[in-house]
Amino acid sequence: MKVQLQQKIAFSVLFFCTLLVVVPVLLILVIISIKGFSAIDLGFLTEMPTSGMTAGGIFPAILGTLYLVFGAILFAVPLGVLSAIYLVEYSKDNVLSRLVRLAIVNLAGVPSVVYGLFGLGIFVLFLGFGASILSGSLTLGIMILPVIITASREALESVPRSFRIVSFSLGASKWQTIRHSVLPHALPGILTGTILGLGRAAGETAPILFTVAAFYLPRLPQSVFDQTMALPYHLYVISTQVPGIPENIRYGTALVLLLLVLLLNLAAIILRYRFRKRKKW
Amino acid sequence: MVEPDNTKLSIRDLTIRFGNATALNKFSLDIRRNEIFTIIGPANSGKSSLLQSLNRLNDLNPVYQKSGTVLIDGQDVDKIDAESLRKRVGIVFALPFPLPLSIFDNIAYGPRMHGIRNKKKLSEIVEKGLRDAYLWDEVKDRLQTPAMNLSGGQQQRLCIARILAVDPEVIMFDEPTSGLDPISTARVEETLRVLKQRYTIILVTNNVAQAARVGDRTAFLLMGELIEVDETKHLFTSPKDKRTDDYITGKFG
Amino acid sequence: MRFRKAKEFVIERLIYLSGFMSIVFVVLIFAFLLKEGLSMFWRVPISDFLFARNWYPISDPPQFGILPLILGSIFVTAGAGVISIPIGIGSALFIAEIAPRRTKEVLKAGIELLAAIPSVVIGFIGMVTLVPLIKNLFDLSTGLTALTGSITLAFMAMPTIVSIAEDAITAVPRQYREAAVAMGATKWQTTWRIVAYAARPGMVAAIMLGIGRVIGETMAVMMVTGNAALIPHSMLQPVRTLTATIAAEMGETVQGGEHYAALFAIGIVLFIVTFLINGVADVYLHKTKK
Repeated sequence: MKVQLQQKIAFSVLFFCTLLVVVPVLLILVIISIKGFSAIDLGFLTEMPTSGMTAGGIFPAILGTLYLVFGAILFAVPLGVLSAIYLVEYSKDNVLSRLVRLAIVNLAGVPSVVYGLFGLGIFVLFLGFGASILSGSLTLGIMILPVIITASREALESVPRSFRIVSFSLGASKWQTIRHSVLPHALPGILTGTILGLGRAAGETAPILFTVAAFYLPRLPQSVFDQTMALPYHLYVISTQVPGIPENIRYGTALVLLLLVLLLNLAAIILRYRFRKRKKW
Repeated sequence: MVEPDNTKLSIRDLTIRFGNATALNKFSLDIRRNEIFTIIGPANSGKSSLLQSLNRLNDLNPVYQKSGTVLIDGQDVDKIDAESLRKRVGIVFALPFPLPLSIFDNIAYGPRMHGIRNKKKLSEIVEKGLRDAYLWDEVKDRLQTPAMNLSGGQQQRLCIARILAVDPEVIMFDEPTSGLDPISTARVEETLRVLKQRYTIILVTNNVAQAARVGDRTAFLLMGELIEVDETKHLFTSPKDKRTDDYITGKFG
Repeated sequence: MRFRKAKEFVIERLIYLSGFMSIVFVVLIFAFLLKEGLSMFWRVPISDFLFARNWYPISDPPQFGILPLILGSIFVTAGAGVISIPIGIGSALFIAEIAPRRTKEVLKAGIELLAAIPSVVIGFIGMVTLVPLIKNLFDLSTGLTALTGSITLAFMAMPTIVSIAEDAITAVPRQYREAAVAMGATKWQTTWRIVAYAARPGMVAAIMLGIGRVIGETMAVMMVTGNAALIPHSMLQPVRTLTATIAAEMGETVQGGEHYAALFAIGIVLFIVTFLINGVADVYLHKTKK
């Protein structure tokens, strides 16, 4: 009987731990939704900030984040997918491929603010791009590279070996085999990774601090060499750097950012779930 | 022995290793044009490894090592570009592996990879392949449906049609009926007899009776060694080696 | 045919090139940190930089001792570890061993979403909920403390700890459980004595990666810890971490100046620390796979 009681207590404790992890997620969502909802209307999403950011919308921050994320994806997806193809289809088990794997693990672990320093050093100063959308996108792109590589790798590895063997046995070349018998079936997984990368890039602040983000700009960026405002940095600015910002603007901005990131992640989770269910092999 | 001009494949002192394990040891054999050459032997006697060396599919395995030579029409297979070789020496595996594509696209896969883009030509190739594999009548109305939806026997004939579509010279069958019911098996065997008029056929089987039914000549492999090779009827009526006799009479294996 | 061969040749070179880009980027990151930050160590010896007690980068003469920042990071990280490790491991055990299948799927999705919340949003939430709470609870003059940072960051470490530990626990072979149950152990005894024990290397990796995430975290910590670059004596004081220092001060520096180089030198320290943590975590991760 004592053993049973012990088990009951232990399971309750573990359950409580799980609650402690999950409930705050809901709490965050609820608090931000309730307080931020009143701020959001069409004007908030489509207008420029006015009166020292204490009124008006957050359009330039939203647009800037979209630019940055798009640029990061443009850079990271081709590179990441090719890199995953190298790891799964071409690399042999040797020192070099182990080094590549180690490098990916470490890229994933580099603190985001260090990416910011790196972006400042190489893109802004050394290559002379200045603080610009180009510098910020490239910095974010390198930061999400491990996400894309890891997801693409898993997707490629999940394609059965038999597809490759059959393709080779019909006289297809290695690239033809990858292009026609492997990649099409790995596509949903790669797409999932891409969306996760999008979400990560959209929410990061530290990498764009010194490479692109502007405190406030009276006009929208005109080229990739312009600075831009961005949602996460904007939230940081209006919640810590500028006094007197109305509460609902702060919560509203947080809600827009949170929704953008969570919807992207939710899309990735659903896509992956459906893909796993649908798989026939 | 065999007249040289009648030899399609010539295997000389072929030794195959995977890491430290020897799959085939000092193996020599000639295979003639337009015969059904069957290879029998218990599991793990090196039959599949032999087939996959003939079209260099083994090259994909990083621990594969080989010595000795394989000649096709007198030419060393290692000196031929692997893709052209695999187009000439096709293989049908034990399990049918349809690609997750439509029936049409499965069969058109090979020709497309070899540069045939013309829709009309592809349709002709697909139809001819399916007819030769005796599958046309069953699937002609649903060529665009997924090949995965076919039954096991139909899938195996699809794989035969798929290899016929690349127009090979040699077709190797690696236990093609091991997963099939007797009726499907009979159909595949019937297909083999027809195909041998145009192709050289190598059939690996662990079904001794099947070898006796369809083989022109038969080789018996045991533990990576060639024990005996002869006309099928001789091998089955008067085997020279005791081990062959034991195997075909079902004493082991 | 010849065109196809040429095209494939180019594509395959590109694939090899892309494969090695990860190495190139790691080397480039380190190289550029060194390029901008190494000059610091010509002016201030490494031991002084790491262990001097004063960080006054803009006084005259400036003092570049990062000990208060290192201690700030250690305080916040240790606090976050104390909170997140038991909770994270406990919840990983619950999700992997106890939760029914459907609940498990939902919980895992929930944890993935927690991991996805941008750090600036977590910092914002910490600012508006936790900071006043801590202030009132302990009757402090400010709620921006190391403790606030620890609690906030614990929530950023937990998803990492839970998901990696959960993988490790799930990977324990079923025979272990069956053998234990066959010998009459209860489900809890099996979970705790057998499964958790067998999954230890994976749990170590999970904890290391969680800690790595906390050390590198910037925005949330900057928003809730008060950013006072003083040697902390208690969890209820404001602190400033290594990461927050870089983020907060880079804007004020002159490119190529001493302060600028000092911030890159902090970057070098962070890079090396996280490199080691991730390397060790990777070793443990591979232990579980075998």
